Amino acid sequence: MTKSELIDLLAARYGQLVTKDAELAVKTILDAMSHSLVSGERIEIRGFGSFGLNHRPPRLGRNPKTGEKVRVPEKFVPHFKAGKALRDQVDFQDQEAADKL
Amino acid sequence: MTLTKAELSELLFEKVGLNKREAKELVDTFFEEIRLALANGHTVKLSGFGNFQLRTKPQRPGRNPKTGQEIPISARRVVTFHASQKLKSLVEQHCRGTTPA
Repeated sequence: MTKSELIDLLAARYGQLVTKDAELAVKTILDAMSHSLVSGERIEIRGFGSFGLNHRPPRLGRNPKTGEKVRVPEKFVPHFKAGKALRDQVDFQDQEAADKL
Repeated sequence: MTLTKAELSELLFEKVGLNKREAKELVDTFFEEIRLALANGHTVKLSGFGNFQLRTKPQRPGRNPKTGQEIPISARRVVTFHASQKLKSLVEQHCRGTTPA
């Protein structure tokens, strides 16, 4: 599913919502989520999951072409942890069958 | 300090002009549709933000850490999130040297 398919789904589900507004709503949500992470803030969506940042300490890397050592500065990377409802839904529907595998 | 559905609804109320009830419903539906797509085995690609992908993991041996008893961890399907290049570089630029959430 892509962003535009999600927009179409939302517009179809809410008769009074025109596609232009659905588009703006999705953009508003995603921008707010990106903005949160960029400012170092967590995102917590009950039942869906949480987004946060993981720290990567500085390290000595190597340029694979020249073999030369380079300092890689510390950085933060976005991280997602699925919530319980999402985890359970995404896992095999028939848990008994999965257990027998 | 944490972004939640309540703040997202508030933003839709302010920026898209939905009423409070519609805004809350739309935020719920947004995450519900993503969850449904994943539960049905589809990858979700939100351009500019990131992709939610599914991974199928085979059964593997595990242990009860309390008793040391060996028990198999059943085969399962899990969600992984990969932030887009755009989000990763924004986070990297802004969060260097600061303390994140």
